[in-house]
Amino acid sequence: MRDVVLSAEETEAINAWSAESQGLAREILGKYPEKRSAVMPLLYVSMIENRYVTNEGMKVVSILTGLTAAQVQAVASFYSMYKREELGDYLVSVCTSISCFLRGADDVLAAVEDESGVPDGETGGEGKFSVEHIECNGACGGAPVVLVNYEMIEGVTPDKARELVKWLRDGGPDVVNTEEMQQLFGGERAFDWGIKELEGAILPIPAFGPYGSVKGTS
Amino acid sequence: MKVLTERMEAHRTDSHTMERYEATGGYSAMRKGLLDIGAEAIAAEVKASNIRGRGGANFPAGVKWGFLAPAKPAYLVINGDESEPGTFKDRQLLERDPHQLIEGVILTSFALGINHAFIYIRGEYPKPARRVQHAVDAAYEKGYVGKDILGTGFDLDITVHLGAGAYICGEESALLNSLEGRRGEPRLKPPFPAVAGLYAKPTIVNNVETISNVPWIINNGGIAYASIGPDTSAGTRMISLSGHINNPGNYEIVMGMTWRELIYELGGGIPDGRELKAWIPGGSSAPWFVPEEHLDTPVTIDDVGKHGSMMGSGAIIIMDDSTDLIAAAHRIVRFYAHESCGQCTPCREGTSWMERIFNRIISGQGRMADIDLLLDVCDGISPGLTWPPAMTTICPLGPSATAPVVSLMRYFRDEVEARIGGEVAVG
Repeated sequence: MRDVVLSAEETEAINAWSAESQGLAREILGKYPEKRSAVMPLLYVSMIENRYVTNEGMKVVSILTGLTAAQVQAVASFYSMYKREELGDYLVSVCTSISCFLRGADDVLAAVEDESGVPDGETGGEGKFSVEHIECNGACGGAPVVLVNYEMIEGVTPDKARELVKWLRDGGPDVVNTEEMQQLFGGERAFDWGIKELEGAILPIPAFGPYGSVKGTS
Repeated sequence: MKVLTERMEAHRTDSHTMERYEATGGYSAMRKGLLDIGAEAIAAEVKASNIRGRGGANFPAGVKWGFLAPAKPAYLVINGDESEPGTFKDRQLLERDPHQLIEGVILTSFALGINHAFIYIRGEYPKPARRVQHAVDAAYEKGYVGKDILGTGFDLDITVHLGAGAYICGEESALLNSLEGRRGEPRLKPPFPAVAGLYAKPTIVNNVETISNVPWIINNGGIAYASIGPDTSAGTRMISLSGHINNPGNYEIVMGMTWRELIYELGGGIPDGRELKAWIPGGSSAPWFVPEEHLDTPVTIDDVGKHGSMMGSGAIIIMDDSTDLIAAAHRIVRFYAHESCGQCTPCREGTSWMERIFNRIISGQGRMADIDLLLDVCDGISPGLTWPPAMTTICPLGPSATAPVVSLMRYFRDEVEARIGGEVAVG
């Protein structure tokens, strides 16, 4: 880990971000031998700043990493979790890959779409929801699996999926947490997960400390 | 016999903490490796263990280490981009025993003269990533990672890096591109990563499970590890059981049992009194097995290979006689069509056209000629339709997409013909 000294141009660019994000960005840049490796983490930080990957956000990232805006856009457009338009408060992702499919995931997705009124791939519900089907999320022993802002619930039935959508619509938590949702809406898990941790997501961005996207205590 | 999961099974609430890890013998292998036996002996023990990589390719890890070119700096990259449909074993290892992995990283880095290691975790694993980051932070605080570890003069930094939703980044050269801040497109080989990997420097890429075994190997010796299980499938291995099975979940097994024992004893058999129709022995990329031919085949890397499939990532997906296998094959093909990086024409075009042909069959518009058309597309991606597959592509993603299609036509062609002919063919 090394200290990062920013040039005048880099300093001007990063000033568009909050003090907290600036601190995170410096730490991230210090974790890689070459600064272009910071593109992916910094795109997540830009999503904290702007709620999604904006042209302005990509510009800041390109200056901090010494790349062109086109090179950053090439990365942002390759990976499905860098969303290029604003999402709802809650991104509800239903896994429909083979193991979840065998356990009835298509009915779970249909229940989420019907209850939220938001079709697969769209945002609606007055900005509350985005709904998507996703490929395998690595909890096949607990299929079918639903994620809210990438926090997982396993063993979800269509009825429980409807309850989940209602719960999110009628308020919903500020911090989305796996353990709470699993208790309320989940069923059988792939394996016993151990202690209850209250860390969770504040936006449709994976909740990870170094990227500033996590709230709550471990 | 448990190598990896004994601690997490015995201490279900805190196996991931530094306190529990050290109280149960953790970081003793690090002291033995760094202070007593030294770098060359660590590498020799891992080579003697005969452990084969657990990410899917099953290549002997000790041999891979031997390919590392002498140029410095060199890097270690841990592949935690677990994305092969059916696979969820690394998730458990990352989340339940991150210090076991970190101790393996320290030993491996010391053995290979590496001062910077990366743990690349898929973006959809935020909770495992949080646990690993907390564990890395704790290891820094203890001085097990950082400067002058245990007074040996050995420095090591560990960076945890999240992906952002791309299966292809599990392919090691695509992962390196991703870690360099590029699109996750596989590289042509050679050069292999051991010669020109991250930033074109010598790089070892190993799976989470592979490196999690290293502390045990150093504590108990490579020979002890090699003596577990059949000769060419040494050690224990994590398998992930899912689909239509009474006891889904991860199991740490010694290979060598038959598929019948694995499915009906370990897995508890098929739910609701149904019959087994087919299963996938090693992740969605693997050709299918069927009860008429394969129930008494031993569960070893070599035996599964001899029968035209692979143990791959250890993901076993069970399908009972209620399964619409056409829909199942379509679902797997759709995955590869979505995850194709787009570099190679046979994969980019082939997978997406296969998805569309399946859509046509499922919607009732199928033609008998679609069967040969699908096989022809498969042959264009992987000439000869053999296994292991021949390739017209840079990486194995495209050829993997042929496995469900060829399996469907080999064992269940009559069902496809009946569906296209307008008859109902679902159990």
